Amino acid sequence: MAASQMVTANRLSDGAVVYFTSGKDWSEDFADGAVWTDKESADGALAASEEAVKARLVIGPYLFDVAVTDAGPRPTSARERIRADHKPTFEPDQGSWAGPIAE
Amino acid sequence: MYRYDEFDATIVQERVSQFRGQVARRLAGELTEDQFRPLRLKNGLYLQLHAYMLRIAVPYGVLSSKQMRKLAYIARRYDRGFGHFTTRQNIQFNWPQLGDVPDILQHLAEVEMHAIQTSGNCIRNVTADQFAGVAADEIEDPRIWAEIVRQWSTFHPEFSYLPRKFKIAVTGAPDDRAAVRVHDIGLRIVKNEAGEAGFEVWVGGGLGRTPIIGVAIRKFLPKEHLLSYLEAVLRVYNLLGRRDNIYKARIKILVQATGGDKFAQLVEEEWEKIKDGPLHLPKGEIDRIHRYFAPPAYEKLDDIDPAFETAKLENPEFARWARTNLVKHRVPGYAIVNLSLKPEGGAPGDASADQMDLLADLADEFSLNEVRVTHHQNIVFPNVRKRDLFALWQRLKPAKLATSNLGFISDIIACPGLDYCNLANARSIPVAQRLSRHFSDPRKLDDIGELRLNISGCINACGHHHVGHIGILGVDKQGQEFYQVTVGGSSKDDASLGRIVGAAFSEDDIVPAIDTIINTYLANRTDRSERFLDYVRRVGTDPFKEALYGPAPARRTAAE
Repeated sequence: MAASQMVTANRLSDGAVVYFTSGKDWSEDFADGAVWTDKESADGALAASEEAVKARLVIGPYLFDVAVTDAGPRPTSARERIRADHKPTFEPDQGSWAGPIAE
Repeated sequence: MYRYDEFDATIVQERVSQFRGQVARRLAGELTEDQFRPLRLKNGLYLQLHAYMLRIAVPYGVLSSKQMRKLAYIARRYDRGFGHFTTRQNIQFNWPQLGDVPDILQHLAEVEMHAIQTSGNCIRNVTADQFAGVAADEIEDPRIWAEIVRQWSTFHPEFSYLPRKFKIAVTGAPDDRAAVRVHDIGLRIVKNEAGEAGFEVWVGGGLGRTPIIGVAIRKFLPKEHLLSYLEAVLRVYNLLGRRDNIYKARIKILVQATGGDKFAQLVEEEWEKIKDGPLHLPKGEIDRIHRYFAPPAYEKLDDIDPAFETAKLENPEFARWARTNLVKHRVPGYAIVNLSLKPEGGAPGDASADQMDLLADLADEFSLNEVRVTHHQNIVFPNVRKRDLFALWQRLKPAKLATSNLGFISDIIACPGLDYCNLANARSIPVAQRLSRHFSDPRKLDDIGELRLNISGCINACGHHHVGHIGILGVDKQGQEFYQVTVGGSSKDDASLGRIVGAAFSEDDIVPAIDTIINTYLANRTDRSERFLDYVRRVGTDPFKEALYGPAPARRTAAE
């Protein structure tokens, strides 16, 4: 059986990781991302996500595999798990990647 | 230090204006990402895992205090309060917004900095010995030549679309601190039998997925011919280097395929045609660049400073730092100070905006306004009076900039890895953090002695794992991070590539595995004078394999 998939991209303005939602919108929250369980739906979502590329909202949308668990979907790769957290996995020491950009 | 002339200032300012227009056109939809991507990369702007990343050039690793202060400002104003010093003596900011980048480049231009030659298939930012101009063992100052190469290579029209990126390193001392043998071109300043200084030219070295130690294609090149000879090397590469396969496009592949002797012959033939042309360096021009790097006004001091000696006697912690982090200066009474960016549990090469501001202030107060960045991801104050060392150390310590670990196992080179990088397969920084905590006891460090441990998060080898005495390479196995270990690498005069000890270790097992390797060395070295690297070269990998995976018959059984 093919793995379930989601669509992700980076936002054009700041490169932030975003997920394609069932409402054909984009969210920074992994939990908002739509999960497709068959290849046809996933490919359709990817094709639909290209509209946001033309609209200059996102860069490079692609599909990635998720495992659907009782707790919800979870990326199967370390790369996508780290992207979903929007930050490095280690605690900041000298700087603070967790903090907001100063204005 | 070099100061921009009108040409430098003009081309950098024009580049800022061009990029401002390109960003505006991208945001307005006049450029697609496919059209914009090569333009942003030519200005050091990558798209990484979580955000854009801006890589800023620090030519041959030299920064003024004013420039360091500007980097602190950018970190604070446009990023998240810190920056990452890289293995190519550059600095990267990890969270800039696209619309802010032209303003960041404008700020950089105001202090004679930019992000040119930090990406793309061009001649990249030139690197050099971090102790250039102040090292006691130096034949000649490599900064003059690195600067001349910079001026020749920036926007060189013939070499803007090479088959692949191209990295040049220069060292002026017999002790190679610039890793010249693992660069596309490595230049060593040497003296010939007549006592004249010139260059030994190495080509075709490199790391990445095909690590190769370069070959010396010319034992002595008179200095005035440097640019024509480099042009000949680049021209041969540009014409014959492969463009059909990105993994075979570096000059190292061409040199291996052609053969070192044949490649040298091709270069010599090309060079004969151009050596006395416009690239021949007139003495006046060499002297002009030389003057930019005239020594600062050093005081006349005794080499032994009583206050420094007393402070060492009274403070063992300071004495240890002085023993591990200072290097002999060529001027009596001065020292070269290494400031470790590898505190226990820290991210190698990271510095906060506050630390950068402090470094700028301390450089003004103690180091004649100058700072260096090393390819080991540390900072150097090149000009500190010995009598000021204790005061400097006291100021560094609260800022976590006085870690006594230069050249020890916790002085780890680590790429950003999967915590930041789009190319990485595994995380590097958390492994480095755990190792630095595991090997934090100064007595343990002293017992282990000189040991270079380098970590890369993928085969592209930005963390130089192939040339670590111990190298760790992150690999992906079905979505899980694993770590392959090599031993016996070196990037110095005795350059060698590490050999794989066996199957990769899981994230949980990698620190115990390194501990086993260290314990194997400590238990079996002839005595303390046999360094880890010496031991590996004497015994090979078998003792490590046995300690890590069991006796040979058991390993065979397990494999079957």
